[in-house]
Amino acid sequence: MIARLLLLVLAFAAPAARAEQLLLSLSAERISITSNFTGADLALFGAIERDGATVARASTYDVVVNVRGPRGSVVVREKSAIGPFWLNADQRRYIAIPAFIATLSNRPLPQIAGDLMLQKLTLGVDALVPPQGRRTDIFDPDEPNFRQALMRLRRAEGLFVENGQAVTFLSQNAFRAAIRIPGTAPLGRYDVDVTLLADGVPLTRDSIAFTVIKGGVEQRLATASRERGVLYGLATALMALSLGWLATVIFRRD
Amino acid sequence: MQFYLPIAELPIDVLMILGMGAAVGFISGMFGVGGGFLMTPLLIFVGIPPAVAVATQAAQIAASSTTGVMNYWRKRALDLKLGAVMVAGGVVGTFLGVLFFNNMRRIGYLETVISLSYVALLGSVGASMLVESARAIHASRKGVRPARRRAGQHAWYEGLPFKIRFHRSGIYVSVIPLTVLSVFIGFAGAVLGIGGGFILVPALIYIFRVPAAVVVGTSLLQILCTMVFATVMHAATNHSVDVVLALLLIIGGVFGAQFGARAGMKIRGEHFRLLLAILIFGVAMRFALDILVTPAERYSVTLTETPR
Repeated sequence: MIARLLLLVLAFAAPAARAEQLLLSLSAERISITSNFTGADLALFGAIERDGATVARASTYDVVVNVRGPRGSVVVREKSAIGPFWLNADQRRYIAIPAFIATLSNRPLPQIAGDLMLQKLTLGVDALVPPQGRRTDIFDPDEPNFRQALMRLRRAEGLFVENGQAVTFLSQNAFRAAIRIPGTAPLGRYDVDVTLLADGVPLTRDSIAFTVIKGGVEQRLATASRERGVLYGLATALMALSLGWLATVIFRRD
Repeated sequence: MQFYLPIAELPIDVLMILGMGAAVGFISGMFGVGGGFLMTPLLIFVGIPPAVAVATQAAQIAASSTTGVMNYWRKRALDLKLGAVMVAGGVVGTFLGVLFFNNMRRIGYLETVISLSYVALLGSVGASMLVESARAIHASRKGVRPARRRAGQHAWYEGLPFKIRFHRSGIYVSVIPLTVLSVFIGFAGAVLGIGGGFILVPALIYIFRVPAAVVVGTSLLQILCTMVFATVMHAATNHSVDVVLALLLIIGGVFGAQFGARAGMKIRGEHFRLLLAILIFGVAMRFALDILVTPAERYSVTLTETPR
Protein backbone atom coordinates (compact mmCIF):
# COMPACT_ATOMS: atom_id res chain seq x y z
CA MET A 1 0.00 0.00 0.00
CA ILE A 2 2.77 2.40 0.98
CA ALA A 3 4.77 1.34 -2.07
CA ARG A 4 1.76 2.09 -4.24
CA LEU A 5 1.29 5.50 -2.65
CA LEU A 6 4.94 6.28 -3.23
CA LEU A 7 4.59 5.28 -6.87
CA LEU A 8 1.58 7.55 -7.14
CA VAL A 9 3.47 10.44 -5.65
CA LEU A 10 6.34 9.83 -8.01
CA ALA A 11 3.97 9.59 -10.95
CA PHE A 12 2.48 12.95 -10.13
CA ALA A 13 5.79 14.55 -9.22
CA ALA A 14 7.19 13.76 -12.66
CA PRO A 15 5.76 16.64 -14.71
CA ALA A 16 7.36 19.20 -12.38
CA ALA A 17 4.93 21.86 -11.19
CA ARG A 18 1.23 20.99 -11.43
CA ALA A 19 0.47 22.90 -14.56
CA GLU A 20 -3.09 21.60 -15.01
CA GLN A 21 -5.92 21.60 -12.52
CA LEU A 22 -9.31 19.92 -12.66
CA LEU A 23 -12.63 21.51 -11.77
CA LEU A 24 -15.33 18.92 -11.27
CA SER A 25 -19.07 19.07 -10.86
CA LEU A 26 -21.71 16.32 -10.61
CA SER A 27 -25.31 16.75 -11.78
CA ALA A 28 -26.45 15.27 -8.46
CA GLU A 29 -24.66 14.42 -5.25
CA ARG A 30 -27.40 12.25 -3.90
CA ILE A 31 -29.40 9.57 -5.66
CA SER A 32 -32.53 8.65 -3.80
CA ILE A 33 -34.04 5.21 -4.43
CA THR A 34 -37.82 5.35 -4.52
CA SER A 35 -40.38 2.69 -5.43
CA ASN A 36 -40.01 3.29 -9.18
CA PHE A 37 -36.21 3.22 -9.10
CA THR A 38 -34.70 1.26 -11.98
CA GLY A 39 -31.36 3.03 -12.13
CA ALA A 40 -30.15 6.58 -12.51
CA ASP A 41 -28.07 8.66 -14.87
CA LEU A 42 -25.56 11.16 -13.60
CA ALA A 43 -23.52 13.65 -15.55
CA LEU A 44 -20.04 14.66 -14.49
CA PHE A 45 -18.73 17.93 -15.88
CA GLY A 46 -15.08 18.79 -15.77
CA ALA A 47 -12.97 21.74 -16.81
CA ILE A 48 -9.22 21.68 -17.24
CA GLU A 49 -7.58 24.82 -15.90
CA ARG A 50 -4.11 25.75 -17.03
CA ASP A 51 -1.97 28.49 -15.60
CA GLY A 52 -0.42 31.00 -17.96
CA ALA A 53 3.06 29.59 -17.70
CA THR A 54 2.06 26.19 -19.07
CA VAL A 55 3.46 25.45 -22.44
CA ALA A 56 0.87 24.51 -25.01
CA ARG A 57 0.72 20.75 -25.45
CA ALA A 58 1.08 19.21 -28.83
CA SER A 59 -1.06 16.23 -27.90
CA THR A 60 -4.62 16.17 -26.65
CA TYR A 61 -5.80 15.30 -23.15
CA ASP A 62 -7.17 11.97 -22.02
CA VAL A 63 -9.64 11.69 -19.15
CA VAL A 64 -10.29 8.54 -17.12
CA VAL A 65 -13.15 8.56 -14.61
CA ASN A 66 -13.17 5.81 -11.97
CA VAL A 67 -16.49 5.41 -10.16
CA ARG A 68 -16.17 3.17 -7.10
CA GLY A 69 -19.11 2.00 -5.04
CA PRO A 70 -18.96 1.00 -1.37
CA ARG A 71 -16.50 -1.79 -0.62
CA GLY A 72 -17.52 -5.15 0.76
CA SER A 73 -16.25 -8.72 1.09
CA VAL A 74 -17.21 -11.33 -1.45
CA VAL A 75 -16.75 -15.07 -1.60
CA VAL A 76 -16.23 -16.66 -5.02
CA ARG A 77 -17.19 -20.33 -5.05
CA GLU A 78 -16.39 -22.95 -7.62
CA LYS A 79 -18.67 -25.91 -8.27
CA SER A 80 -17.01 -29.27 -8.72
CA ALA A 81 -18.38 -32.71 -9.50
CA ILE A 82 -18.69 -34.62 -6.24
CA GLY A 83 -19.95 -38.02 -7.29
CA PRO A 84 -22.92 -37.31 -9.57
CA PHE A 85 -23.56 -33.91 -8.01
CA TRP A 86 -22.25 -30.49 -8.86
CA LEU A 87 -21.70 -28.73 -5.56
CA ASN A 88 -19.71 -25.77 -4.30
CA ALA A 89 -16.31 -27.06 -3.37
CA ASP A 90 -13.44 -24.57 -3.57
CA GLN A 91 -13.69 -20.91 -2.64
CA ARG A 92 -11.66 -17.70 -2.31
CA ARG A 93 -12.48 -14.63 -0.30
CA TYR A 94 -11.91 -11.14 -1.62
CA ILE A 95 -12.06 -8.32 0.86
CA ALA A 96 -12.72 -4.63 0.25
CA ILE A 97 -13.94 -5.12 -3.31
CA PRO A 98 -16.04 -2.20 -4.62
CA ALA A 99 -19.62 -3.33 -5.13
CA PHE A 100 -19.76 -1.14 -8.22
CA ILE A 101 -16.98 -0.10 -10.57
CA ALA A 102 -17.30 2.03 -13.68
CA THR A 103 -14.21 3.13 -15.54
CA LEU A 104 -15.18 5.71 -18.11
CA SER A 105 -12.79 7.29 -20.56
CA ASN A 106 -12.75 9.25 -23.82
CA ARG A 107 -11.12 6.34 -25.66
CA PRO A 108 -10.37 2.70 -24.73
CA LEU A 109 -7.95 2.41 -21.80
CA PRO A 110 -5.18 0.50 -23.64
CA GLN A 111 -4.89 3.45 -26.05
CA ILE A 112 -4.55 5.94 -23.18
CA ALA A 113 -1.72 4.38 -21.19
CA GLY A 114 0.27 1.19 -20.83
CA ASP A 115 -0.78 -1.68 -18.57
CA LEU A 116 1.82 -0.89 -15.95
CA MET A 117 0.77 2.75 -15.69
CA LEU A 118 -2.92 1.77 -15.46
CA GLN A 119 -2.10 -0.61 -12.61
CA LYS A 120 -0.03 2.06 -10.90
CA LEU A 121 -2.85 4.58 -11.12
CA THR A 122 -5.47 1.92 -10.28
CA LEU A 123 -7.43 2.69 -13.41
CA GLY A 124 -9.82 0.07 -14.76
CA VAL A 125 -11.66 -2.91 -13.29
CA ASP A 126 -8.56 -5.09 -13.44
CA ALA A 127 -6.56 -2.68 -11.28
CA LEU A 128 -9.38 -2.18 -8.76
CA VAL A 129 -9.80 -5.90 -8.07
CA PRO A 130 -6.37 -6.90 -6.81
CA PRO A 131 -5.46 -10.59 -6.60
CA GLN A 132 -6.07 -11.99 -3.12
CA GLY A 133 -4.99 -15.54 -2.54
CA ARG A 134 -5.31 -17.59 0.59
CA ARG A 135 -3.06 -16.18 3.23
CA THR A 136 -1.55 -19.57 4.06
CA ASP A 137 -0.42 -20.28 0.51
CA ILE A 138 2.76 -18.78 -0.84
CA PHE A 139 1.70 -19.51 -4.36
CA ASP A 140 -1.94 -20.08 -5.29
CA PRO A 141 -2.16 -21.29 -8.91
CA ASP A 142 -5.99 -21.40 -8.93
CA GLU A 143 -6.54 -17.89 -7.65
CA PRO A 144 -6.52 -16.15 -11.08
CA ASN A 145 -9.51 -18.30 -12.11
CA PHE A 146 -11.52 -17.04 -9.15
CA ARG A 147 -10.53 -13.44 -9.77
CA GLN A 148 -11.45 -13.72 -13.46
CA ALA A 149 -14.77 -15.31 -12.50
CA LEU A 150 -15.52 -12.48 -10.06
CA MET A 151 -14.90 -9.85 -12.74
CA ARG A 152 -16.79 -11.82 -15.41
CA LEU A 153 -19.88 -12.32 -13.22
CA ARG A 154 -19.96 -8.71 -12.00
CA ARG A 155 -19.57 -7.47 -15.59
CA ALA A 156 -22.49 -9.67 -16.64
CA GLU A 157 -24.60 -8.12 -13.86
CA GLY A 158 -23.66 -4.65 -15.06
CA LEU A 159 -21.93 -3.83 -11.78
CA PHE A 160 -18.43 -3.70 -13.27
CA VAL A 161 -18.36 -1.48 -16.35
CA GLU A 162 -15.62 -0.23 -18.65
CA ASN A 163 -16.66 2.26 -21.29
CA GLY A 164 -14.18 3.93 -23.58
CA GLN A 165 -16.78 6.30 -25.04
CA ALA A 166 -18.54 7.63 -21.97
CA VAL A 167 -16.33 10.70 -21.68
CA THR A 168 -16.79 13.32 -24.37
CA PHE A 169 -14.82 16.52 -24.79
CA LEU A 170 -17.09 19.52 -25.12
CA SER A 171 -14.16 21.73 -26.05
CA GLN A 172 -10.43 21.38 -25.78
CA ASN A 173 -10.55 22.01 -22.03
CA ALA A 174 -13.98 20.83 -20.97
CA PHE A 175 -15.44 17.34 -20.80
CA ARG A 176 -18.55 15.51 -19.78
CA ALA A 177 -18.90 11.95 -18.49
CA ALA A 178 -22.15 9.97 -18.43
CA ILE A 179 -22.40 7.79 -15.31
CA ARG A 180 -25.09 5.11 -15.36
CA ILE A 181 -26.09 3.63 -11.98
CA PRO A 182 -28.02 0.33 -12.43
CA GLY A 183 -31.15 -0.52 -10.42
CA THR A 184 -29.28 -3.21 -8.50
CA ALA A 185 -26.53 -0.81 -7.41
CA PRO A 186 -25.82 -1.07 -3.70
CA LEU A 187 -26.47 1.79 -1.31
CA GLY A 188 -23.68 3.91 0.02
CA ARG A 189 -20.97 6.34 -0.92
CA TYR A 190 -19.57 6.37 -4.44
CA ASP A 191 -16.15 7.92 -5.08
CA VAL A 192 -15.54 9.46 -8.47
CA ASP A 193 -11.81 9.77 -9.22
CA VAL A 194 -10.89 11.72 -12.32
CA THR A 195 -7.40 11.38 -13.81
CA LEU A 196 -6.13 13.66 -16.52
CA LEU A 197 -3.46 12.22 -18.77
CA ALA A 198 -1.54 13.18 -21.87
CA ASP A 199 0.74 10.89 -23.86
CA GLY A 200 0.16 8.11 -21.33
CA VAL A 201 1.47 10.24 -18.46
CA PRO A 202 -0.76 11.41 -15.62
CA LEU A 203 -0.97 15.17 -15.24
CA THR A 204 -3.33 15.64 -12.36
CA ARG A 205 -6.05 13.87 -10.42
CA ASP A 206 -9.06 15.02 -8.47
CA SER A 207 -12.10 13.39 -6.93
CA ILE A 208 -15.70 14.05 -6.06
CA ALA A 209 -18.35 11.80 -4.50
CA PHE A 210 -22.06 11.04 -4.47
CA THR A 211 -24.23 8.80 -2.32
CA VAL A 212 -27.02 6.39 -3.18
CA ILE A 213 -29.66 6.33 -0.44
CA LYS A 214 -33.13 4.90 -0.08
CA GLY A 215 -35.96 7.38 -0.49
CA GLY A 216 -38.59 8.22 2.14
CA VAL A 217 -40.83 5.15 2.42
CA GLU A 218 -38.17 2.65 1.34
CA GLN A 219 -35.74 4.07 3.88
CA ARG A 220 -38.28 3.93 6.67
CA LEU A 221 -39.21 0.32 5.87
CA ALA A 222 -35.57 -0.77 5.66
CA THR A 223 -34.70 0.98 8.92
CA ALA A 224 -37.73 -0.51 10.64
CA SER A 225 -36.83 -4.00 9.45
CA ARG A 226 -33.26 -3.60 10.68
CA GLU A 227 -33.80 -1.79 13.95
CA ARG A 228 -37.25 -2.91 15.05
CA GLY A 229 -37.26 -6.42 13.68
CA VAL A 230 -39.86 -7.86 16.05
CA LEU A 231 -42.29 -4.99 15.54
CA TYR A 232 -41.74 -5.07 11.78
CA GLY A 233 -42.37 -8.83 11.78
CA LEU A 234 -45.53 -8.47 13.88
CA ALA A 235 -46.82 -5.74 11.56
CA THR A 236 -46.13 -7.90 8.49
CA ALA A 237 -47.84 -10.89 10.11
CA LEU A 238 -50.82 -8.72 11.07
CA MET A 239 -51.06 -7.45 7.49
CA ALA A 240 -51.02 -11.05 6.25
CA LEU A 241 -53.71 -12.13 8.73
CA SER A 242 -56.02 -9.23 7.98
CA LEU A 243 -55.67 -9.66 4.21
CA GLY A 244 -56.39 -13.36 4.62
CA TRP A 245 -59.46 -12.52 6.69
CA LEU A 246 -60.55 -9.87 4.17
CA ALA A 247 -60.42 -12.47 1.42
CA THR A 248 -62.91 -14.68 3.27
CA VAL A 249 -65.26 -11.72 3.65
CA ILE A 250 -65.03 -10.67 0.01
CA PHE A 251 -65.30 -14.14 -1.48
CA ARG A 252 -67.80 -15.55 0.98
CA ARG A 253 -70.06 -18.03 -0.77
CA ASP A 254 -73.14 -18.77 1.28
CA MET B 1 -44.07 -1.80 -14.36
CA GLN B 2 -40.97 -1.90 -12.21
CA PHE B 3 -41.14 -1.53 -8.46
CA TYR B 4 -38.23 -1.31 -6.04
CA LEU B 5 -38.28 -3.84 -3.20
CA PRO B 6 -36.90 -2.16 -0.07
CA ILE B 7 -35.48 -5.25 1.65
CA ALA B 8 -34.49 -7.37 -1.35
CA GLU B 9 -32.91 -4.13 -2.65
CA LEU B 10 -33.69 -4.67 -6.30
CA PRO B 11 -36.33 -3.53 -8.79
CA ILE B 12 -38.89 -6.14 -9.80
CA ASP B 13 -41.74 -6.30 -12.32
CA VAL B 14 -44.98 -5.86 -10.33
CA LEU B 15 -47.16 -7.59 -12.93
CA MET B 16 -44.83 -10.58 -12.99
CA ILE B 17 -44.99 -10.96 -9.18
CA LEU B 18 -48.79 -10.49 -9.14
CA GLY B 19 -49.05 -13.05 -11.96
CA MET B 20 -46.87 -15.52 -10.11
CA GLY B 21 -48.95 -15.00 -6.97
CA ALA B 22 -52.15 -15.61 -8.94
CA ALA B 23 -50.81 -18.70 -10.73
CA VAL B 24 -49.53 -20.30 -7.54
CA GLY B 25 -52.71 -19.20 -5.74
CA PHE B 26 -54.78 -20.92 -8.45
CA ILE B 27 -52.86 -24.16 -7.98
CA SER B 28 -53.01 -23.92 -4.20
CA GLY B 29 -56.75 -23.24 -4.29
CA MET B 30 -57.26 -26.15 -6.66
CA PHE B 31 -55.31 -28.68 -4.61
CA GLY B 32 -55.88 -27.22 -1.16
CA VAL B 33 -52.15 -26.83 -0.54
CA GLY B 34 -50.31 -23.69 0.56
CA GLY B 35 -48.21 -23.46 -2.57
CA GLY B 36 -45.05 -22.45 -0.74
CA PHE B 37 -43.12 -25.28 -2.36
CA LEU B 38 -43.86 -23.67 -5.75
CA MET B 39 -43.60 -19.99 -4.81
CA THR B 40 -40.28 -20.03 -2.97
CA PRO B 41 -38.42 -21.73 -5.87
CA LEU B 42 -40.10 -19.37 -8.37
CA LEU B 43 -38.98 -16.33 -6.37
CA ILE B 44 -35.42 -17.67 -6.25
CA PHE B 45 -35.47 -18.35 -10.00
CA VAL B 46 -36.53 -14.77 -10.81
CA GLY B 47 -33.59 -13.41 -8.82
CA ILE B 48 -34.92 -12.68 -5.32
CA PRO B 49 -32.18 -13.55 -2.80
CA PRO B 50 -33.04 -16.99 -1.31
CA ALA B 51 -33.08 -15.63 2.25
CA VAL B 52 -35.64 -12.96 1.30
CA ALA B 53 -37.69 -15.47 -0.71
CA VAL B 54 -37.97 -17.94 2.19
CA ALA B 55 -38.63 -15.34 4.89
CA THR B 56 -41.20 -13.40 2.82
CA GLN B 57 -42.98 -16.55 1.71
CA ALA B 58 -43.77 -17.27 5.37
CA ALA B 59 -45.96 -14.14 5.45
CA GLN B 60 -47.72 -15.14 2.23
CA ILE B 61 -48.51 -18.62 3.55
CA ALA B 62 -49.81 -17.07 6.78
CA ALA B 63 -52.29 -15.02 4.73
CA SER B 64 -53.51 -17.86 2.54
CA SER B 65 -53.88 -20.25 5.49
CA THR B 66 -55.88 -17.61 7.40
CA THR B 67 -58.47 -17.73 4.64
CA GLY B 68 -58.50 -21.53 4.84
CA VAL B 69 -58.69 -21.73 8.63
CA MET B 70 -61.63 -19.28 8.70
CA ASN B 71 -63.54 -21.30 6.11
CA TYR B 72 -63.01 -24.55 8.03
CA TRP B 73 -63.72 -22.85 11.36
CA ARG B 74 -67.09 -21.73 10.07
CA LYS B 75 -67.90 -25.33 9.14
CA ARG B 76 -66.53 -26.51 12.52
CA ALA B 77 -64.21 -28.76 10.53
CA LEU B 78 -61.13 -28.57 12.70
CA ASP B 79 -59.86 -30.31 15.81
CA LEU B 80 -58.74 -27.56 18.19
CA LYS B 81 -57.10 -29.90 20.73
CA LEU B 82 -55.11 -31.74 18.06
CA GLY B 83 -54.30 -28.37 16.51
CA ALA B 84 -52.96 -27.04 19.81
CA VAL B 85 -50.61 -30.02 20.24
CA MET B 86 -49.41 -29.64 16.64
CA VAL B 87 -48.91 -25.88 17.00
CA ALA B 88 -46.79 -26.34 20.14
CA GLY B 89 -44.49 -28.71 18.26
CA GLY B 90 -44.56 -26.53 15.17
CA VAL B 91 -43.44 -23.44 17.07
CA VAL B 92 -40.48 -25.34 18.55
CA GLY B 93 -39.59 -26.61 15.07
CA THR B 94 -39.85 -23.12 13.59
CA PHE B 95 -37.58 -21.73 16.28
CA LEU B 96 -34.94 -24.39 15.57
CA GLY B 97 -35.46 -23.92 11.83
CA VAL B 98 -34.79 -20.18 11.89
CA LEU B 99 -31.64 -20.73 14.00
CA PHE B 100 -30.43 -23.34 11.50
CA PHE B 101 -31.34 -21.00 8.61
CA ASN B 102 -29.33 -18.11 10.09
CA ASN B 103 -26.30 -20.31 10.76
CA MET B 104 -26.31 -21.81 7.27
CA ARG B 105 -26.63 -18.33 5.81
CA ARG B 106 -23.71 -17.09 7.90
CA ILE B 107 -21.35 -19.80 6.69
CA GLY B 108 -22.63 -19.49 3.12
CA TYR B 109 -24.34 -22.84 2.63
CA LEU B 110 -27.97 -21.70 2.68
CA GLU B 111 -28.47 -22.04 -1.07
CA THR B 112 -26.96 -25.52 -1.16
CA VAL B 113 -29.07 -26.60 1.81
CA ILE B 114 -32.25 -25.26 0.16
CA SER B 115 -31.49 -27.00 -3.17
CA LEU B 116 -30.62 -30.36 -1.61
CA SER B 117 -33.58 -30.27 0.81
CA TYR B 118 -36.01 -29.52 -2.01
CA VAL B 119 -34.65 -32.45 -4.00
CA ALA B 120 -34.79 -34.82 -1.05
CA LEU B 121 -38.10 -33.72 0.48
CA LEU B 122 -40.17 -32.99 -2.62
CA GLY B 123 -38.54 -35.84 -4.52
CA SER B 124 -39.46 -38.47 -1.94
CA VAL B 125 -42.93 -37.08 -1.20
CA GLY B 126 -43.67 -36.59 -4.91
CA ALA B 127 -42.43 -40.07 -5.85
CA SER B 128 -44.44 -41.84 -3.15
CA MET B 129 -47.55 -39.85 -4.08
CA LEU B 130 -47.03 -40.77 -7.73
CA VAL B 131 -46.83 -44.46 -6.90
CA GLU B 132 -49.77 -44.27 -4.51
CA SER B 133 -52.07 -42.37 -6.87
CA ALA B 134 -51.11 -44.50 -9.87
CA ARG B 135 -52.03 -47.56 -7.83
CA ALA B 136 -55.31 -45.95 -6.77
CA ILE B 137 -56.24 -45.11 -10.35
CA HIS B 138 -55.36 -48.62 -11.43
CA ALA B 139 -57.44 -50.07 -8.60
CA SER B 140 -60.47 -47.88 -9.32
CA ARG B 141 -60.36 -48.93 -13.01
CA LYS B 142 -60.45 -52.58 -11.96
CA GLY B 143 -63.11 -51.85 -9.40
CA VAL B 144 -61.06 -53.15 -6.46
CA ARG B 145 -61.84 -51.56 -3.12
CA PRO B 146 -58.86 -50.64 -0.96
CA ALA B 147 -58.26 -53.16 1.81
CA ARG B 148 -59.38 -52.03 5.23
CA ARG B 149 -57.25 -52.36 8.29
CA ARG B 150 -58.11 -55.41 10.30
CA ALA B 151 -58.88 -55.16 14.00
CA GLY B 152 -55.96 -55.88 16.33
CA GLN B 153 -53.38 -54.84 13.70
CA HIS B 154 -51.09 -52.12 15.08
CA ALA B 155 -48.05 -50.26 13.86
CA TRP B 156 -45.09 -49.87 16.29
CA TYR B 157 -45.71 -46.15 16.92
CA GLU B 158 -49.19 -46.85 18.17
CA GLY B 159 -47.75 -48.54 21.24
CA LEU B 160 -45.80 -45.47 22.44
CA PRO B 161 -46.65 -43.88 25.82
CA PHE B 162 -48.22 -40.46 26.66
CA LYS B 163 -51.40 -41.19 24.80
CA ILE B 164 -54.03 -38.50 24.47
CA ARG B 165 -57.61 -38.87 23.31
CA PHE B 166 -58.72 -36.36 20.68
CA HIS B 167 -62.51 -36.41 20.77
CA ARG B 168 -63.18 -34.32 17.69
CA SER B 169 -60.99 -36.58 15.55
CA GLY B 170 -61.99 -39.69 17.42
CA ILE B 171 -58.38 -40.86 17.77
CA TYR B 172 -56.30 -42.02 20.73
CA VAL B 173 -52.61 -41.56 19.96
CA SER B 174 -49.25 -41.00 21.63
CA VAL B 175 -48.01 -37.40 21.76
CA ILE B 176 -44.48 -38.49 20.77
CA PRO B 177 -44.95 -39.18 17.03
CA LEU B 178 -47.33 -36.21 16.78
CA THR B 179 -44.68 -33.91 18.25
CA VAL B 180 -41.93 -35.33 16.03
CA LEU B 181 -44.08 -34.69 12.96
CA SER B 182 -45.06 -31.16 13.94
CA VAL B 183 -41.51 -30.18 14.95
CA PHE B 184 -40.26 -31.49 11.60
CA ILE B 185 -42.93 -29.55 9.64
CA GLY B 186 -42.16 -26.37 11.57
CA PHE B 187 -38.43 -26.82 10.95
CA ALA B 188 -38.80 -27.53 7.22
CA GLY B 189 -41.23 -24.63 6.86
CA ALA B 190 -38.84 -22.11 8.37
CA VAL B 191 -35.85 -23.28 6.35
CA LEU B 192 -37.53 -23.89 2.99
CA GLY B 193 -40.34 -21.34 2.90
CA ILE B 194 -43.09 -23.96 2.70
CA GLY B 195 -46.20 -24.50 4.79
CA GLY B 196 -45.79 -28.24 4.68
CA GLY B 197 -49.46 -29.10 4.10
CA PHE B 198 -48.57 -31.56 1.36
CA ILE B 199 -46.63 -33.62 3.96
CA LEU B 200 -48.81 -32.90 6.97
CA VAL B 201 -52.18 -33.87 5.48
CA PRO B 202 -51.14 -37.32 4.17
CA ALA B 203 -49.18 -37.97 7.38
CA LEU B 204 -52.20 -37.18 9.59
CA ILE B 205 -54.48 -39.33 7.44
CA TYR B 206 -52.25 -42.37 6.90
CA ILE B 207 -50.25 -42.45 10.13
CA PHE B 208 -52.66 -41.05 12.71
CA ARG B 209 -55.94 -41.85 10.91
CA VAL B 210 -57.34 -38.38 11.48
CA PRO B 211 -60.71 -38.27 9.68
CA ALA B 212 -60.77 -36.46 6.35
CA ALA B 213 -63.45 -34.07 7.65
CA VAL B 214 -61.10 -32.31 10.07
CA VAL B 215 -57.65 -33.02 8.66
CA VAL B 216 -57.27 -30.06 6.30
CA GLY B 217 -58.64 -27.50 8.76
CA THR B 218 -56.41 -28.79 11.55
CA SER B 219 -53.26 -28.86 9.44
CA LEU B 220 -54.04 -25.34 8.19
CA LEU B 221 -54.30 -24.18 11.80
CA GLN B 222 -50.82 -25.57 12.52
CA ILE B 223 -49.44 -23.97 9.30
CA LEU B 224 -51.05 -20.60 10.11
CA CYS B 225 -49.54 -20.44 13.61
CA THR B 226 -46.08 -21.65 12.64
CA MET B 227 -45.91 -19.31 9.64
CA VAL B 228 -46.93 -16.28 11.72
CA PHE B 229 -44.22 -17.25 14.19
CA ALA B 230 -41.73 -17.82 11.35
CA THR B 231 -42.49 -14.38 9.87
CA VAL B 232 -41.82 -12.66 13.18
CA MET B 233 -38.70 -14.71 13.89
CA HIS B 234 -37.20 -14.20 10.44
CA ALA B 235 -37.91 -10.47 10.72
CA ALA B 236 -36.41 -10.26 14.20
CA THR B 237 -33.23 -12.24 13.54
CA ASN B 238 -32.21 -12.00 9.87
CA HIS B 239 -34.27 -8.96 8.73
CA SER B 240 -35.11 -10.64 5.41
CA VAL B 241 -38.90 -10.23 5.32
CA ASP B 242 -39.81 -7.89 2.45
CA VAL B 243 -43.20 -6.40 3.30
CA VAL B 244 -43.75 -4.97 -0.20
CA LEU B 245 -43.03 -8.32 -1.85
CA ALA B 246 -45.28 -10.05 0.70
CA LEU B 247 -48.14 -7.65 -0.07
CA LEU B 248 -47.87 -8.26 -3.83
CA LEU B 249 -47.74 -12.05 -3.36
CA ILE B 250 -50.74 -12.06 -1.02
CA ILE B 251 -52.89 -9.95 -3.37
CA GLY B 252 -52.04 -12.16 -6.35
CA GLY B 253 -52.52 -15.31 -4.31
CA VAL B 254 -55.94 -14.37 -2.88
CA PHE B 255 -57.48 -13.93 -6.31
CA GLY B 256 -55.78 -16.97 -7.82
CA ALA B 257 -56.97 -19.18 -4.98
CA GLN B 258 -60.65 -18.29 -5.54
CA PHE B 259 -60.59 -19.43 -9.16
CA GLY B 260 -58.43 -22.42 -8.29
CA ALA B 261 -60.92 -23.66 -5.71
CA ARG B 262 -63.69 -23.65 -8.31
CA ALA B 263 -61.54 -25.49 -10.86
CA GLY B 264 -60.54 -28.06 -8.23
CA MET B 265 -64.11 -29.24 -7.73
CA LYS B 266 -64.22 -30.59 -11.29
CA ILE B 267 -61.33 -33.03 -10.92
CA ARG B 268 -61.75 -36.60 -9.64
CA GLY B 269 -59.98 -37.61 -6.45
CA GLU B 270 -57.40 -40.01 -7.89
CA HIS B 271 -56.49 -37.79 -10.82
CA PHE B 272 -56.33 -34.90 -8.41
CA ARG B 273 -53.62 -36.61 -6.35
CA LEU B 274 -51.74 -37.70 -9.47
CA LEU B 275 -51.62 -34.11 -10.78
CA LEU B 276 -50.40 -32.82 -7.43
CA ALA B 277 -47.78 -35.59 -7.29
CA ILE B 278 -46.51 -34.66 -10.76
CA LEU B 279 -46.32 -31.02 -9.70
CA ILE B 280 -44.35 -31.77 -6.52
CA PHE B 281 -42.06 -34.20 -8.30
CA GLY B 282 -41.50 -31.65 -11.08
CA VAL B 283 -40.24 -29.01 -8.65
CA ALA B 284 -37.87 -31.58 -7.13
CA MET B 285 -36.58 -32.44 -10.60
CA ARG B 286 -36.03 -28.79 -11.40
CA PHE B 287 -33.77 -28.47 -8.34
CA ALA B 288 -32.13 -31.82 -9.12
CA LEU B 289 -31.21 -30.56 -12.61
CA ASP B 290 -29.34 -27.69 -10.98
CA ILE B 291 -26.98 -30.03 -9.19
CA LEU B 292 -26.90 -32.91 -11.71
CA VAL B 293 -26.27 -31.08 -14.97
CA THR B 294 -22.80 -29.73 -15.68
CA PRO B 295 -23.19 -26.01 -15.00
CA ALA B 296 -22.46 -23.50 -17.77
CA GLU B 297 -20.93 -21.18 -15.17
CA ARG B 298 -19.08 -23.04 -12.46
CA TYR B 299 -18.36 -19.97 -10.36
CA SER B 300 -20.68 -17.91 -8.21
CA VAL B 301 -20.17 -14.74 -6.21
CA THR B 302 -21.76 -14.09 -2.83
CA LEU B 303 -21.54 -10.92 -0.84
CA THR B 304 -20.55 -11.85 2.70
CA GLU B 305 -20.16 -8.43 4.19
CA THR B 306 -22.63 -5.84 2.98
CA PRO B 307 -20.93 -2.74 1.64
CA ARG B 308 -21.82 0.34 3.62
